[in-house]
Amino acid sequence: MHLVLFLIFAGFCLAGAINLLIQRHPITSALSLIVVMTSLAVLYLLLGAEFLAAAQVIVYAGAIMVLFTFVVMLLNASREERTLGSRAAAVLGFPAIVVILALIATVILHAQGLSTAAMREGITSTQDLSTVLFTNLLLPFEVTSVLILVAILGAVALARRGAGEGTEGQ
Amino acid sequence: MNIASVHMFSDVPLSWYLLLSAALFCLGVVGFLIKRNLITVFMSIELMLNGVNLSFVTFAHQWHAVKGQIFVFFVMMVAAAEAAVGLAIIIAVFRARSTLAVDRIDLMKL
Amino acid sequence: MTLLQFFLWSLLKVVVVTVILLMAVAYTVLLERKLVGRIQNRWGPSRVGPFGLLQPLVDGAKSFLKEDIVPTAVYRPLYLLAPIIGLSCAMISIAVVPFGDPAVTGSGGFHFFEISDVNIGLLVILGITSIGVYGIALAGWSSNNKYSLLGSLRSSAQLISYELALGLSLVGVVLLAGNLNLRVIVESQARHGLLSWNLFGGFQFVAFFIYLMAAYAETNRSPFDLPEAESELTAGYHTEYSSMKFAMFFMAEYANMITVGCVATLLFLGGWTSPFGSLFPTPNNILLQSILPIFWFVLKVFSFLFLYVWVRGTLPRFRYDQLMNFGWVYLMPLAILNILATSLWLAYRS
Repeated sequence: MHLVLFLIFAGFCLAGAINLLIQRHPITSALSLIVVMTSLAVLYLLLGAEFLAAAQVIVYAGAIMVLFTFVVMLLNASREERTLGSRAAAVLGFPAIVVILALIATVILHAQGLSTAAMREGITSTQDLSTVLFTNLLLPFEVTSVLILVAILGAVALARRGAGEGTEGQ
Repeated sequence: MNIASVHMFSDVPLSWYLLLSAALFCLGVVGFLIKRNLITVFMSIELMLNGVNLSFVTFAHQWHAVKGQIFVFFVMMVAAAEAAVGLAIIIAVFRARSTLAVDRIDLMKL
Repeated sequence: MTLLQFFLWSLLKVVVVTVILLMAVAYTVLLERKLVGRIQNRWGPSRVGPFGLLQPLVDGAKSFLKEDIVPTAVYRPLYLLAPIIGLSCAMISIAVVPFGDPAVTGSGGFHFFEISDVNIGLLVILGITSIGVYGIALAGWSSNNKYSLLGSLRSSAQLISYELALGLSLVGVVLLAGNLNLRVIVESQARHGLLSWNLFGGFQFVAFFIYLMAAYAETNRSPFDLPEAESELTAGYHTEYSSMKFAMFFMAEYANMITVGCVATLLFLGGWTSPFGSLFPTPNNILLQSILPIFWFVLKVFSFLFLYVWVRGTLPRFRYDQLMNFGWVYLMPLAILNILATSLWLAYRS
């Protein structure tokens, strides 16, 4: 059961990621990334992280990617063009990445002490997660909320129309 | 774990999750290098972050450590903040240069 | 119970619940038309069948037989995908909703009145609501029509703004129940009948009000129906859709209404528990013990839908800036204050 589900959703992840690279229109790349993120949420569920799976769907697939989709729609992004730079990057980049992936895969496959994941064990309840989050790691939690506040202010300040007025002039 | 003992009801070795995570990360790097649209490059960064999240959750399962999952939580929050600010920067760049093609935004002064 | 038996029983449950949900969607449309008609001092549909009860069937046949016009310059893949996303997200949420007494179980603890018992049921519903925004956003953009694009951007902005108030208003309920599992939340309201429901005994009336407002905005219903009102932006994101695709958006809206009603019933109105609590003894007959909780659940969802349609027939709609102002400046701080008050009360009580 676990194996079948893992293979299906890992397949979706890889298909979505490869589709992100192949597609030339940014909106279809964004949709492929949404498929990757929801498949990753299922994989988190398989590994017992149920709150993280829900957070992945709510935050990543449901908020961050909506933001990406809005920007693609608002800026009316169109199909990409094939330039000299992109051909050079493809010729050099693909073999380099294959080499790096092979290196990482060798390290992983030779690692000792990795166990297997079964369906019924190791489910982390929300209560366990929140106990550690709000007692041991309270300071990072509060700092993250300040970070998000700063990000909101920064995004509003950057995207406002008044930001460009200082550069115009004689 | 030899291939003969794998059948529909067997467990999944955690190294497979780590391989998937490495593959997603490498695909994100490839996307970052070869894509020519600013938004798609940014999406490849998000793909890299997701790949890394998967390996964190895998190790959290391996060592029964909740802190691995909490780190993923923080990565998600930071990615959200980064996406908001990054997309605002992209909108500002678009207003200044009227294009999203990476090859045309390569000079600081027009 | 073997895996195959489990799959077959689950498939049966899914089919039955889906069929009932689709029929409920169709008859909710009829309910709205008749009720709005009576509020406006006229009969609703009353000619097809007795009291107009066959009207939904006729409407469904009409939708199938209408001409399906697809404009030339639309971005076809997303144009066809958007109503599918809208309708499927509207119908998936019912999978985690328990609508009957879980004490009636089959062999091996098989729940009859719940499709799946998920530990994070409430978060699943919030997640699916977040994904439902894509149906509207992609519909407006792919239609290649400036009015559709503006309508869909307005509607998506409204949806994501009110999702925040929606989620925050539910935190008070989760604090009281101590669990995200919908079945456990209902069971925590089962002790004294009416008085132990979260709305009354749990003092969550502010949260219920916020949830109600956020639910009206999330389902694009009056008084927040600016994105799809006929006189605004030429019908908004579904301008370019006709026949069955439009019917899918329409069904998605009513299915969302029903889902939101189910969630409100579970979290604030006590779910399947009877308002009389322990005044009447539980019946010994297994059939009565199964049917009675479902009856209470359906009655509560029906009264919630009645409230929906009543508000639609009575109140004028918000202007867009008033709408966004209401969500961000009033509802969100009020929801945070509700969380604060609930936590203080719980800390004082323990």
